Amino acid sequence: MAPSQSTPELPVPPRPGTSRRGFLGYVVGASTLVVAADLRVGTPAYAAVPSAPQIAEAYDLEDLQTDAARPTAQMITISVEKDGTATFAIPRMEVGQGITTSTAMIIAEELDLPVSKVRVSLAPARPELVFNQLTGGSNTTVSTFTPIRVAAAIAKGALLEAAAIELGSAMALLRSKDGVITAPDGSSVGYGELAAKAASAVTRKVQVVLKPSDSFEVIGRPVNRVDARDIVTGRKKFAMDLEVPDALPTMVCRPPTLNGSPKAVRNLSAVKAMPGVTDVAMVDTGVAVRAATFGHCIDAVRALEVDWLPGSVDGESDATILQELRGAQVPLVVPKVPVLAKTVEADFTFMFRSSAALEPYAAIADVRADSAEVWAGLKSPIVAQEDIAKATGLPQGKVKVNVVTGGGSFGHKLFGDHAIEAAKISKAMGKPVRLMWHRADEPRQGRVHPMATSRIRATYLAGQVLTFEQQHTSIETDFSHGLGEMLSSSAAELPAGLGNLGFAESIFQLTQELPYDFGAVTQQLTETDSRFNTGSMRNIYSPDVRCANELVVDQLARAMGKDPYRFRLEFLKDERTRAVLRRAAEVGRWGRSMPAGTAQGIAIHKEYKGATACLVEIDCRPETVNRKVRDGVTGPRVTKAIIAVDAGLVINPQGLKAQMMGGFSDGLALALTSSLHLRDGHFLEASWDNYFYTRQWNIPPEFDVVVVGSDSQQPGGAGEAAVASSVAAVACAFARATGKVPTRFPINHDSPITFDIKSFVPPVPQSPVDGLNHTY
Amino acid sequence: MTRHTFILNGTSVTVDVDDDVRLLWVLRDVVGLTGPKYGCGINVCKACTSHLNGKAFNPCSVRVKDILPTDEVTTIEGLADTVPGDLHPMQEAWLEYDVAQCGYCQPGQIMAAVAKVRQARAKGRTITEADLDEIRNVCRCGTYSRIREAIKAGADHM
Repeated sequence: MAPSQSTPELPVPPRPGTSRRGFLGYVVGASTLVVAADLRVGTPAYAAVPSAPQIAEAYDLEDLQTDAARPTAQMITISVEKDGTATFAIPRMEVGQGITTSTAMIIAEELDLPVSKVRVSLAPARPELVFNQLTGGSNTTVSTFTPIRVAAAIAKGALLEAAAIELGSAMALLRSKDGVITAPDGSSVGYGELAAKAASAVTRKVQVVLKPSDSFEVIGRPVNRVDARDIVTGRKKFAMDLEVPDALPTMVCRPPTLNGSPKAVRNLSAVKAMPGVTDVAMVDTGVAVRAATFGHCIDAVRALEVDWLPGSVDGESDATILQELRGAQVPLVVPKVPVLAKTVEADFTFMFRSSAALEPYAAIADVRADSAEVWAGLKSPIVAQEDIAKATGLPQGKVKVNVVTGGGSFGHKLFGDHAIEAAKISKAMGKPVRLMWHRADEPRQGRVHPMATSRIRATYLAGQVLTFEQQHTSIETDFSHGLGEMLSSSAAELPAGLGNLGFAESIFQLTQELPYDFGAVTQQLTETDSRFNTGSMRNIYSPDVRCANELVVDQLARAMGKDPYRFRLEFLKDERTRAVLRRAAEVGRWGRSMPAGTAQGIAIHKEYKGATACLVEIDCRPETVNRKVRDGVTGPRVTKAIIAVDAGLVINPQGLKAQMMGGFSDGLALALTSSLHLRDGHFLEASWDNYFYTRQWNIPPEFDVVVVGSDSQQPGGAGEAAVASSVAAVACAFARATGKVPTRFPINHDSPITFDIKSFVPPVPQSPVDGLNHTY
Repeated sequence: MTRHTFILNGTSVTVDVDDDVRLLWVLRDVVGLTGPKYGCGINVCKACTSHLNGKAFNPCSVRVKDILPTDEVTTIEGLADTVPGDLHPMQEAWLEYDVAQCGYCQPGQIMAAVAKVRQARAKGRTITEADLDEIRNVCRCGTYSRIREAIKAGADHM
């Protein structure tokens, strides 16, 4: 409950640089060429900005995640196989963000091998990596770029050494290209042929120099996803598609209120006797059913008669939780400013949102008496492994956790809820299970982005903003997926002022930065209430915080008689953010005349070692707002969106653009359509026909991403970078089009509920049988 | 349990399964074809979109007993075999435009796209923006814009 302190003192932490020195690594003793590099080498050094910075400006969440690994020995290895391919198991999770593709590109670049000959898989839980197996905070490329390059460069060096002997030539005269090494006399040898010859009988230490960035041929060029062909042919496997013997479909009958638990099953023998059902078992989260097909599971879940114990928020609703947040709010300070200074004040509310992906939580578990194996999409597999060990009573070393590519995450798969639950069920039934959450379970019992209020008081005088205070009050965000432990372990290295804060407040200070020269800036987080299942939804605090910020920036501009775009240009602190803003304004033709009821909006965001600017045009005219789509939400339509991005050194511009568009899609939903309604202790939404994520009919017909050139030699984060500026730009455009600043998000949250609320008992809807009436 | 026969991706198959089981579970849990995805089970997310006698349908909402022995069911796995060449032009377009992100919804998106183009053709016209707005398949990664571009390009080669 204690509010965090604002703008503490900022010593710059000492850290190694990335000058073009040699890096150390290893050729590992093996029968084929295997090389290793320490996952901690060459982490980037970022200089502090000299003017009164906020914490996130000099040392942010990227730095924390990158630093957290330092104390442990940890290796990544690349193997060169006899078929001429290079293989690498990345200790991160692919969820659609494209890291298997960008990683293949990084290896291809340094190894002089075609991207198609690099195979990147996902490493299982590796507890020795401690904190360095967490996929989050858009940190994968930031933290793995250099170590992967070092390993690939060592591999190339070993191949060149072997080729020199093979071709009878001096190493310095050899040329490597496309997986073939050629001598001056034209003789050549392929990597496949060299793989065994370059192998070392013993592990030895070597030193390498990395390719200079001006000779990059793969990095920075657009490359298609490496798994694209598997995707379009239906061959790509997700957790529930894997073949594991006897792992039959399993589903859980869940309580009618949030976090309730089962007390007794009244018709156990009747359900056990249902067609296809093999097992029924009570676990803490509900009553699990294992059956021949998921269809049989749904029938059994619907048939179960269960006595339930109360949930964690029984009787609560949006209104009571908001009241609770109001009670926890820290009063805004009366700033010490000249008596003539004027004040702009604003108060925003952000409702609960579901972070669920299209692939629901799914996990396969096979728990035996003395060991367990689990397959699941997990962004923090080491924590999941610990939790599964605890839940099954097995030593951690006896639990194998396989990481499977995920059908989206958006922060949802940071937690191992599905894997832990599957393991408990498998243990209770004594059989392998293929657990899948029903869609209805996701918004109703799954992880959510917490409800929050954000209040701002800004003062201005004589063309200057004197003070800007933001008090963000939120339902607690759960960081127990590893980021919290990462913070504790790094406490000594953190900037002064963070050491005594709780996890959430620390992460807030590490991610939030108001990048304007607004005099005395204060941003604080106050949290309350841990009864909800929350998590770090894509971009964590930033979409809400920045939406509030940018709406107030527009209000300040108006109060001071300035154009929103020019006002931002004038007050922004750094040139990278100004550059993306200028580009978005130019490409989007900021200031063009628009019909009444329509308007442009523009906003910026600076995070993840980069910056984005978003310009949108919105149509709020009645004929547009009231257009009808069956079982869908229409409302205002964003007709144009332009995102300009500086993401530092770009590995794959095509992947970056995809992340920007996906981030916009999230921002659009957060601003206009997607939220959960809490009523009587449970969330009403239960599927895609009432949780209104962005759909084809909401997408702007004109939509473009501009990648702005960057001087940075280090990659920034991409996965979450577009969300905050997008939600803010849409909100600003809506305010300008309607003349009314929205105060509650999404803006349609208080509209009458237009959908039929699905039943809570039984907790899942039956599948329709009229599909043949809807063919086209 | 009852025996049910239908044509799946060009081959006649017989499955022994209860009458009411929805075809999605027959495909995924009995036959082992995992291309059609589960995203809701109530015919709203469209991740399982496949073809029945050449038209788009959602197997999550059709009982196996309602499928006739002469019915031809095509899933994403069988789409390429309906045309000459290695891949269907819509799959090629998906590759060309690098549409996918996580890929979970894309089999359903491609099957919907092919049907949508055929539907427009049957009406004697090419696909329009309004047709594209009618596509209900959810993509939680937000690949919607590339889906639109790929459908227009794929239609040109269908």
